[in-house]
Amino acid sequence: MRPSQPTLRPASWTPAIRMGLSIAVATGLYGISFGALAVAAGLTVGQTMALSLLMFTGGSQFAFIGVIAGGGVPSAALGAAALLGVRNAIYAMQMNHMLQPLGWRKALAAQVTIDESVATAAGQTTLAEQRRGFWTAGLGIFVLWNLFTFVGAWLGDALGDPRRWGLDGAAVAAFLGLLWPRLRQREPVALAVLSGVVTALALPLLPPGLPILVAAAVGAAWGWWVPERAVAAPVAPDAEEGTAP
Amino acid sequence: MTLWFAILVGAAVTYLTKLSGYAVPARWLANPRMTRVAGAITVALLSALTVMNTFAAGAGLVLDARLAALVVAALALWARLPFLLVVVLGAGAAGAVRWWQI
Repeated sequence: MRPSQPTLRPASWTPAIRMGLSIAVATGLYGISFGALAVAAGLTVGQTMALSLLMFTGGSQFAFIGVIAGGGVPSAALGAAALLGVRNAIYAMQMNHMLQPLGWRKALAAQVTIDESVATAAGQTTLAEQRRGFWTAGLGIFVLWNLFTFVGAWLGDALGDPRRWGLDGAAVAAFLGLLWPRLRQREPVALAVLSGVVTALALPLLPPGLPILVAAAVGAAWGWWVPERAVAAPVAPDAEEGTAP
Repeated sequence: MTLWFAILVGAAVTYLTKLSGYAVPARWLANPRMTRVAGAITVALLSALTVMNTFAAGAGLVLDARLAALVVAALALWARLPFLLVVVLGAGAAGAVRWWQI
């Protein structure tokens, strides 16, 4: 397997590191979109940066500025952001079990527990790779997300609507890319379709933040009650390595 | 409530939410059934995030340039292209459709 510890030389990077860096670049660039939209919503550059540095969970941040841009009061923005952040507690439980960080690492891990870092870790098959994937994606996104939030806020109106540059399409592609390796068997495909349809139905009916929690509940119920299919199970862990591009 | 106050309280709430998950003892999740539940939740959440990012517009659903990003990304993934290229092609597809519409 790996002869030595990874270093700064790209040749020594493992699949988890490469995947983490790819995701960090893709997600980090999307920070331009957040920065520009936040300033357009009426936040100052300082307030925009406070959201990216301290809140650091994209869904909640977009919900926050979305409410403000729509003329909502700050307390409503806070509520939407808090609701959208609830899924991070589920991620955190998974990461605590998977990586078992200790001491100050636990406090740091909590801040970088987001959709992308968790998905990167979950896409790996060995503990060492899961750790590398989580930290590379988590810290990489933190640095780049904040850098590009600043760039976006600074460019502000000069850039115009960030959607014109297709930056929202990048998010779509990134999440599909994270989901894709998990759809090799028929059963996860059925679950993905089900939760996608449920989310689409829930979006117009429920307040922001709730549809994704409904999807999480569907996934939990599926995992708890739907029996594992014997045919789908036996895949040797080693054979799975190299799922990351 | 001022905007700054909402930002700081919101940041504290979202951080404590994340931290609360790490307070759950790891052994609670250390059995095959919980492993399966965790895996299923991941698939469900990623699917939901994909759908939301493609079709959500405020509190409604809309078909727009992001659908092109989804289709192009799916084709790129099917062709086993690297992740970063998939993301770039997704952005390019959405941008191209919008540019063409103007």
